[in-house]
Amino acid sequence: MAVNYGSKRLVVGAHYGFRDWLSQRITAVLMALFTLTLLVQFLLGGPVGYDSWSGIFAPQWMKVLTLVVIISLAWHAWVGMRDVWMDYIKPVGLRLLAQVFTIVWLVGCAGWAVQVLWRV
Amino acid sequence: MAELSKTRGASGVDTRPGANMRLLDALQYPLPLAAKLSILHRASGMLMFFLLPFIVWMFDASITSEVSYDGFTSAFVAGIGFVPGVVIKLVALSLIWAYLHHAVAGVRHLWMDATHSVSKQQGHSSAVATFVISIVLTIALGAKLFGLF
Repeated sequence: MAVNYGSKRLVVGAHYGFRDWLSQRITAVLMALFTLTLLVQFLLGGPVGYDSWSGIFAPQWMKVLTLVVIISLAWHAWVGMRDVWMDYIKPVGLRLLAQVFTIVWLVGCAGWAVQVLWRV
Repeated sequence: MAELSKTRGASGVDTRPGANMRLLDALQYPLPLAAKLSILHRASGMLMFFLLPFIVWMFDASITSEVSYDGFTSAFVAGIGFVPGVVIKLVALSLIWAYLHHAVAGVRHLWMDATHSVSKQQGHSSAVATFVISIVLTIALGAKLFGLF
């Protein structure tokens, strides 16, 4: 095989893992920045209570940012759990079951969280 | 597979050349700190995954209305159903640890990506830093949660 490492590595095509490796990191950075934003707002919000806390999520820009983070979390967790199942569950049928459970779990939680965001 | 019993050592490790280690075999060896950090990175991620509905419930209850907010805060005092408040606080503390460990170990990954600091010594020192930062913050937030300050 020709040179296939470092900057000359072929990273497209089937199953090279680059998309998932990168998406883990990008979603992680997004979530970290969101956490900082949330922390700053929380600390500067005055006395802790329902008004100050729910007020953080009232502005439209914050709802949109939170939505992006919820989707990021779902993707990040999917890649992580898929890796775990891939490492520990060898029988294909069982692994498929675990993956389907994971997706249903994540879609359900994400949907619930989005619903909460937009009914307030 | 009769020959398997002849080649398994006292601890049950398959010593045939090319045989794969089982997870249980790997745990017989003294793991470096970086390895412990790494498996805890995975475990903390899984913990947060399985407790995700609880996390979304906390978000829901705390945001929706003043009434639900009161229900949210009282869960940590009076408990939920037959589960006492102190157990809810312990679950929350485990989530606090899981998040902090996972996030700081994740930043360590980004650090390793950016600076290529992948030698054994660097792996060890960054693992120490990760444990110190995440455990100190866990203790601080846990003290706040349990009303120690």
